[in-house]
Amino acid sequence: MQWAHLRESLRTVVGSEGLIEPYEARKVYECDGYTLERAVPELVVLPASTAEMCAVVRLLHRAGVPFVPRGAGTGLSGGCLPLEAPVMIGTSRMRRILEIDSLNRRVMVEAGVANLEVTRAVTEFGLHYAPDPSSQAACSIGGNIAENSGGPHTLKYGVTTNHVLGLELVLPDGEAVWLGGWVDDVPGYDLRGFVIGSEGTCGIVTRAILRLLRNPEAWQTILAVFPSVAAATSAVSAVIAAGVVPAALELMDRLIVQAVEQAYHFGFPADAGAVLIAEVDGHSAAVQAEAEAVKKLCLDAGATEIRSAATERERAELWKSRKRAFGAVGRLAPNYCTQDGVVPRTCLPEILQRIVAIAERYRLRVGNVFHAGDGNIHPILLFDERDPQEVRRVLEAGREILAACVELGGSITGEHGVGVEKIAEMPLLFTPQDLIVMQALRQVFDPEQRSNPGKMFPSPGGCVEVARPRRQVPV
Amino acid sequence: MAEVAAPHTKMRAQVPAARWLECVHCGLCLPACPTYLELGTEADSPRGRIHLMREWAEGRVPLTGEVVRHLDLCLGCLGCEAACPSGVRYREMIEGARVAVEQSYQRRWREALLRRLVVDLFPYPDRLAILLWPVRLADWMGLGPVVRKLPWVELVPLPLPRKKAAAALVPARGARRYRVALFRGCVARVLFPQVEAALVRILADHGCEVVVPGEQGCCGALAAHQGDRDRAVTSIRAVLRVFTEPVDALLVTAAGCGAFLRSYGHWTEGTELQERAKLLALRVRDATEFLSSLKLLPPARPLGRKVAYHHACHLAHAQGIRDEPVRLLQLAGAELVRLEEADLCCGSAGSYNILQPQLAQRLGERKARNILASGAEVVAVGNPGCSMQIQAALRRLGADIAVLHPVEVLDVAYRESTA
Ligand SMILES: Cc1cc2nc3c(=O)[nH]c(=O)nc-3n(C[C@H](O)[C@H](O)[C@H](O)COP(=O)(O)OP(=O)(O)OC[C@H]3O[C@@H](n4cnc5c(N)ncnc54)[C@H](O)[C@@H]3O)c2cc1C
Ligand code: SF4
Ligand code: SF4
Repeated sequence: MQWAHLRESLRTVVGSEGLIEPYEARKVYECDGYTLERAVPELVVLPASTAEMCAVVRLLHRAGVPFVPRGAGTGLSGGCLPLEAPVMIGTSRMRRILEIDSLNRRVMVEAGVANLEVTRAVTEFGLHYAPDPSSQAACSIGGNIAENSGGPHTLKYGVTTNHVLGLELVLPDGEAVWLGGWVDDVPGYDLRGFVIGSEGTCGIVTRAILRLLRNPEAWQTILAVFPSVAAATSAVSAVIAAGVVPAALELMDRLIVQAVEQAYHFGFPADAGAVLIAEVDGHSAAVQAEAEAVKKLCLDAGATEIRSAATERERAELWKSRKRAFGAVGRLAPNYCTQDGVVPRTCLPEILQRIVAIAERYRLRVGNVFHAGDGNIHPILLFDERDPQEVRRVLEAGREILAACVELGGSITGEHGVGVEKIAEMPLLFTPQDLIVMQALRQVFDPEQRSNPGKMFPSPGGCVEVARPRRQVPV
Repeated sequence: MAEVAAPHTKMRAQVPAARWLECVHCGLCLPACPTYLELGTEADSPRGRIHLMREWAEGRVPLTGEVVRHLDLCLGCLGCEAACPSGVRYREMIEGARVAVEQSYQRRWREALLRRLVVDLFPYPDRLAILLWPVRLADWMGLGPVVRKLPWVELVPLPLPRKKAAAALVPARGARRYRVALFRGCVARVLFPQVEAALVRILADHGCEVVVPGEQGCCGALAAHQGDRDRAVTSIRAVLRVFTEPVDALLVTAAGCGAFLRSYGHWTEGTELQERAKLLALRVRDATEFLSSLKLLPPARPLGRKVAYHHACHLAHAQGIRDEPVRLLQLAGAELVRLEEADLCCGSAGSYNILQPQLAQRLGERKARNILASGAEVVAVGNPGCSMQIQAALRRLGADIAVLHPVEVLDVAYRESTA
């Protein structure tokens, strides 16, 4: 099928409003939250329903054209960079909440619905959707599923895969299938689980049935200020060792604390070395006891100041410092690159030391904010994109940090995914056999590798050094 | 592919290069943007617009009709600025871009004419009053509801208030506590004189002497929003000439005017006006802001009606005034109901509903549906533009819900108590 013909056929499916052709309007789709690499799609299609999605994908299938799915474009690993795929398919017009089953605590939504919208829609029933990435106001459920996203509350409640009962997937040939359903434990292989975290390489998720949780009866949020990161991490270890499972346990280091202080004036002491935010929830009696325990352990570890919140407003205020940390860092330097790695919790002090050393070696400023409870670190490397040398140093330092994570028995990504950013690091974690098996599995869904090609897996036969074919890095 | 464009000097002159870098492309502003919520297109989101403006400024995208279209579709509601964690100064970007667009882009004649009409008619109360004569006549003949079905005319409040000359000075009743000046606004004074009257009554009753300079014209916002810097500065100069008397505050009932008056310093940068402009800006207070600082007594009988409060963008996002109007409504004894998307732009946005009628209509109806769902009997709105837009949208949906300024709501409560 010819390109022009394909375009017209697509137009009849999605209408003019759903088809983006002019170069200027496509240009803005050239990157997501990871801005180091860019590529402009040849065409952007925005279907408004599963039916339209199937029709669109079927047309692309017949024409043999690869495509890349896009949610809200908040991804941090270049997952929706249109590499080797001329057509981008967005879910931004699929934003309906389809069915709320408050009694059984389930909800069916379209993939383009923003994470926070789900919680907003069910608040009146005293329910919420647990996974809460810091980007939750903007990121889509489809994107969360593709990245198996987590958030501060992952520690106690788990990541996306623990909260998706079923999903509707449009396969790369245009057929829609349901994996999982309204109930837990569908017998047979867990294909739903396979698709969650597959970063758009199995097709496009169009609808999902999500599990909702009852809002905890009580909670308490505690913010503790420490003189150093080491003191704060030892508090983390102590809390976990004491058998308390906080709903969230988040750490910010000096640089980040200063950034949020500068942006929002929380009144943190100027010499604060780290801030730890812990939240405990559950039955009121237990919460009280646990909160006291956490406070005591923090003080024992050297905390110089403790604040706690028990009203919704105070809580939001405490969380604001953490949830807006990434953005506040934007004020420190023209650009930043957020890394994402995992280490066993006990290795936190060690990895932090290594990060500091790596940053020094590459002459870079680095800040750390992380989900301390599950050892998910987010070093933030500051740079100026107008300095090509510095950009290169950022890329290299990032790679070294990930290698260090793997060395300490961890992983190269906790929640931001592999995308294009970390393709080269996959062999650090997996043997060639592992990678072959994974790709064979992907072929079950996408035999022609037309859904989000060029992501996650190093090019065939490739190793770390393999040149990346069509990626344009502005250096 | 695009032709290669030279870095755009006019745009570069408007927005310093470093501003662009403040946007880290995180997308957290997307859900706050009405045009993105309606259209779902990245180029109609804050992040997309910033991207486009930057590409244009730096010469990677030429200034084409397509670029202009996406910038024109921006409401200037600043929902994005309020949501951005990175402190991006979107307002300076878009206002700068609008000036640069007018300097370098040739609009089609119909569009250019329409834009001319907006800046040539609305900022002049006398011209606007003449323009409204046919509507007045139709209303008199009992055809009010019929003509309100026409585009543009639908925005005119029904019934259309009579023209009233404002007294130049209203003395305080009892001991004088404050002396304040009233900025009347060009559209507000013609279409919503009752808001002004309500404000003056409350002020006088609470020990404020009100000065109302007669010669005042437009604040300049309408011209500025269209990128007509010269004309905006001319308006600013005239305002500075009129408001010279020493007062404790310069009160505004139109959020759009208030927000612009507060940015006078920015607009007169590098001119001889700047010092005076900054001083004037410091005196500006929204009427609700000033009233809630007065510690007013509640009316003897609480209003008791269900009221939804719509956050006008130019109050909430541009001036950060969110709690004060709500406090006035509480003082009035209104029963506040929850309004979904209360701070999402209604689509009025200055002259947007005239220049971009389609999207404005969609946003107006989105707002009206939320209002209907809230169960409110009254919607309180602190900006005349929003009032017109919301009235029209509610009428289109066949709903009979009163749209009042928070100051009017309070005034009604006071008057009902004494009646
Ligand atoms: C400030 C900030 C904070 C963040 N904090 C967190 C955090 O705390 N935890 C966390 O996990 N992540 C975080 N992220 C990363 C990002 O928000 C998540 O990865 C999110 O899930 C991406 O959702 P999205 O809708 O933006 O997806 P996109 O960025 O649009 O896409 C991400 C990937 O998913 C694929 N995809 C999107 N939609 C679909 C679909 N419907 N079907 C199939 N594939 C699809 C895309 O092809 C791409 O590979 C943060 C990002 C930012 C900018
Ligand atoms: S304007 Fe602010 S919120 Fe929006 S993408 Fe840029 S940095 Fe993020
Ligand atoms: S000003 Fe309003 S319409 Fe314009 S980009 Fe910001 S949020 Fe969107």
